[in-house]
Amino acid sequence: MNWNGLPVSVQIAFMAIGGLLAIASLSSILLVRTKPERNYTELRLRIKTWWLIVAVFAVAVLFNRTVSVIVLGLVSFLAFKEYVSLVPTRRADHRVLFWAYLAIPIQFYWVWMARYGLFIIFIPVFVFLFLPMRMILIGETQGFLRAIGTLHWGLMITVFGLSHAAFMLVLPAEVNPAGGTMGLLIYLVFLTEINDVAQYLWGKSLGKRKISPKVSPNKTVAGFLGGVFTTTVLAVLLAPFLTPLLRYEALGAGLLIGLGGFVGDVTISALKRDIGVKDSGSLLPGHGGILDRLDSLTYTAPLFFHYVYFLHY
Amino acid sequence: MLRSLFFLLIVKPLVLLILGINARGREHLPLSGAAIIVANHNSHLDTMALMSLFPLSVINKVHPVAAADYFMCNRFIKWFALNIAGIIPIDRRMKEKGHDVFAAVINALDNNSIVIIFPEGTRGEPEIMGRMKNGIAHLLRERPDVPVIPVFFHGLGKSLPKGEILLVPFFVDAFIGEPLHWEGSRSVFMDKLAKTMSDLQRQAVIVTDA
Repeated sequence: MNWNGLPVSVQIAFMAIGGLLAIASLSSILLVRTKPERNYTELRLRIKTWWLIVAVFAVAVLFNRTVSVIVLGLVSFLAFKEYVSLVPTRRADHRVLFWAYLAIPIQFYWVWMARYGLFIIFIPVFVFLFLPMRMILIGETQGFLRAIGTLHWGLMITVFGLSHAAFMLVLPAEVNPAGGTMGLLIYLVFLTEINDVAQYLWGKSLGKRKISPKVSPNKTVAGFLGGVFTTTVLAVLLAPFLTPLLRYEALGAGLLIGLGGFVGDVTISALKRDIGVKDSGSLLPGHGGILDRLDSLTYTAPLFFHYVYFLHY
Repeated sequence: MLRSLFFLLIVKPLVLLILGINARGREHLPLSGAAIIVANHNSHLDTMALMSLFPLSVINKVHPVAAADYFMCNRFIKWFALNIAGIIPIDRRMKEKGHDVFAAVINALDNNSIVIIFPEGTRGEPEIMGRMKNGIAHLLRERPDVPVIPVFFHGLGKSLPKGEILLVPFFVDAFIGEPLHWEGSRSVFMDKLAKTMSDLQRQAVIVTDA
């Protein structure tokens, strides 16, 4: 990595993220000191894990294309593994699952090659047609629809969706002189995570009316609106430094990320509720599983990607 | 040395990447011998997964008990089983001739080893604890002070079921129970062990399949 060779806005972005986390760490330490009667272990754990997430993200975007594709491919792999471990699978599908896993390196190879055509049809067309055929070769028809349905939905969410984040890094850099190759992804991930945090904070301070009582009882209308508002304001302010988006286009991007992030979040919540677990896993202490953290991104990554792709690439 | 390296460079990274074990009750794992670990047996991965839970400094003390007729048949597997996996081979047929099948295991316990036993005897159906054999009680009658630590694995049978050669990645849950002690009676101990294992199993079901 050559830090000085990075666009100035990317340098500032990472220093700002580090600064925000440092503030979060310091305030949590202060909270522990000033209110020793309350338990802040979960909050401390959550912030510590945030540092780890940012470190992994920095490795994913700051080095070169090969490192990016490997790191983001591994993230996708962990998300898919968590999904497959969570949902019911049939004994008979052992080898079908193996083929489904194999789709991950192939999908990220298309990303690495910047082969947009194959990247965009590989999972929705080829894998979609191949996996049922592989199941039929085994011949177990009991539970066929449910098995193929859960498997393909998982691939779409955790591999196809998330690989859009990686493809942003291989889009032509000259279109985005302000942000370079990594500007778009930093913009997307930062806004998606801030949107999560903002929806949570607005909900905690103002929220009353529940927005989806059955799926996510803690989510409120005020939290949702406040989150979308915060995200949209930040989207417009940050766009000139990290993206090729014009001001009014950034407004749309902010709304899309705010709305998409919310839908992604409640979609994974619905999955967890259906299965009957609170967290999707335990990989990220204080957050739960990796899907608990990536839930919003499974929606915002493909939505934001195609929004920008349509407008500028 | 070779063993430690193998665990550091191959087993630990592979288990971390391909499986990823979420261990609950890790504090109950003994860090020194003599001790007996009792686990359910669903997959060839059980032994490696269980051993990967131990810190590298203890690995050389950990020895799984395994059937001699299965692992000693071919020269390469035999070398690997003895030198890398560090198994204590026991001869399943010796019982009929009246020899002490467990002499080698008792010897290992006397050398402060941590011995892994799969009391089901063979790999069973995934995530189901089969009937346990009494060998463990026999061992404890000989060495009554040795603590027994029950471990229940959930998910390994999905990763590499019996009869499969393709390994498929899955997150795995390990539930480690409090140490059990011998109280002088085989039936009392076996009942207690069976109950503890089924409690751990129920915990697994609540956590993962609820």
